[in-house]
Amino acid sequence: MSSQSQEQTIDVAYVAELARLKPTPQEIERFSHQLGDILSYIKQLSQLHLNQSTAELSVSSDVQNALRSDSCQSSFSAEEALANAPLRNHDLFAVPRIIE
Amino acid sequence: MNDLSLPITQLRSLLLSRKVSPLEITNSLLKRIEETEPKLNAYLRVDAEAARKAAEKSDISLPLGGIPIAVKDLINEKGELCTCASKILKNYRAPYDATVITKLKQAGAILVGRMNMDEFAMGSSTENSSFGPTRNPWDLQRTPGGSSGGSAAAVSARSAIAALGTDTGGSIRQPAALCGCVGLKPTYGRVSRYGLVAFASSLDQIGPFTQTAADAALLMNVIAGHDPKENTSSTHPVPDYTTVLKNSIQGLRIGIPKEYKAPGMDKEIEQAIEKAVSWYEAHGAKLVEISLPHTEYAISVYYILATAEASANLARFDGVRYGYRAEGAKDLLDMYTRTRTEGFGSEVKRRIILGTYVLSSGYYDAYYNRAQKVRQLLRQDFVDAFKKCDVIATPTSPTPAFKLGEKMQDPLQMYLADIFTVAANLAGVCGISIPCGLTQSGLPIGLQLIGSHFAEDTILRAAHHYEQAHTWYQQKPNL
Repeated sequence: MSSQSQEQTIDVAYVAELARLKPTPQEIERFSHQLGDILSYIKQLSQLHLNQSTAELSVSSDVQNALRSDSCQSSFSAEEALANAPLRNHDLFAVPRIIE
Repeated sequence: MNDLSLPITQLRSLLLSRKVSPLEITNSLLKRIEETEPKLNAYLRVDAEAARKAAEKSDISLPLGGIPIAVKDLINEKGELCTCASKILKNYRAPYDATVITKLKQAGAILVGRMNMDEFAMGSSTENSSFGPTRNPWDLQRTPGGSSGGSAAAVSARSAIAALGTDTGGSIRQPAALCGCVGLKPTYGRVSRYGLVAFASSLDQIGPFTQTAADAALLMNVIAGHDPKENTSSTHPVPDYTTVLKNSIQGLRIGIPKEYKAPGMDKEIEQAIEKAVSWYEAHGAKLVEISLPHTEYAISVYYILATAEASANLARFDGVRYGYRAEGAKDLLDMYTRTRTEGFGSEVKRRIILGTYVLSSGYYDAYYNRAQKVRQLLRQDFVDAFKKCDVIATPTSPTPAFKLGEKMQDPLQMYLADIFTVAANLAGVCGISIPCGLTQSGLPIGLQLIGSHFAEDTILRAAHHYEQAHTWYQQKPNL
């Protein structure tokens, strides 16, 4: 089923950085190999002749346009919203300094 | 009354005739959990006290009154931990109830515990849990399948009466097959995803694990339906799934897809499926050969779209508002990176990287766009097939339960375990796995029945009739 003809490569360190991940050198090597295998398999899709008019399907639902009335509803209090915060400062989420 | 590890329908009869109390059922189950958990690791947490309290207060006049239900640990239950079997959410406490939890509570269910799973539902063996793998009750050296392996193992071992899981590419049906219980993936939009921690939003569905098809029908009556809080949930009317079960299967058209005979498929599974299909034919169903011509592309399409969606959904885990935050970061960006690098396990990282790659500039058209087009073709395959048949019968999994560790170094081999299940998610149709035999070495085999959009009633009816004529569903592992 798979087309293993060409080894696919992926710059794991670069793509990981885009995703805010920093794999170790060992992980980079392992992931490169494993993701290369997966991409080689996935490449079979390029063999399929697709008609220009084939639509893209993003979600398989019978719902076309879900609208609801714009009415006020109760939501979390600040206390509830902050209950899982790793670090808070009064009623705010605290993060490392952004501007020096 | 000693053994109360019975199907819901039987327990409900006992409750309504006052032969047992909700507390007796709960205590019996808690004892069973205590006996089996050291071997299985199916539960991440059991709240025995809360379960007993809920049992004492439970109203048996409600549809699930007095019935303990277990829930996969990625569905928010207010005040409870919801870890997704990930270190990054180890201490995350749900601030609200998912819609399915609200519905279970309103129906009188007793929420007994939270089930083990692959981290963020990514995996087919439950070995990607950050809290240790679950073991298959039929052979402790083997996996229960995944990602809802905890739910499947517990229902099979009768340490859960029934459970909820989720199915993005087979994560209910495949473990149900490998553990020998019933697992139903509803049509996309049939059950609200509000409060479910998202993996791939266009594919995820919540569904039941049960001992029988009748129990699955009962649970579907409770959890199915439109939810104003969830925009993809459908307004399609919900039938009473329990009343249609007994309707005849005379003339039911069963489609046999010629593409579902994968090379390397286990011979015993092939024979068991043929036997099950013959049973249907002998009992009034009509067999129809059908074609799902794009089947061979399903795994590729799935692993492009599911990882793309996962890379976007999991961007929210950044250590700011909830979950784990790494110590000692030098700035905000460093905090994000360290948090995610320390918090996520290998498979989750692998999928985020793959998803980021297929969405990245220069590759988007070749991978993501192309996959969405093929997804349309796969959906059309099913629409065309269901003009000729009412139900499609296939194996659920090409192999019985595999050994722990067997596929952990080779993710592609692990992905191929989903070969018979992913297409239903891509097309949005419903599917059920029911036990249809045991291999010579005593491992369960699952029959998958796929139904058209919103045809849960049809597959449940087909499943129920088969089940009534066989004893597979009564077989329990020796634990």
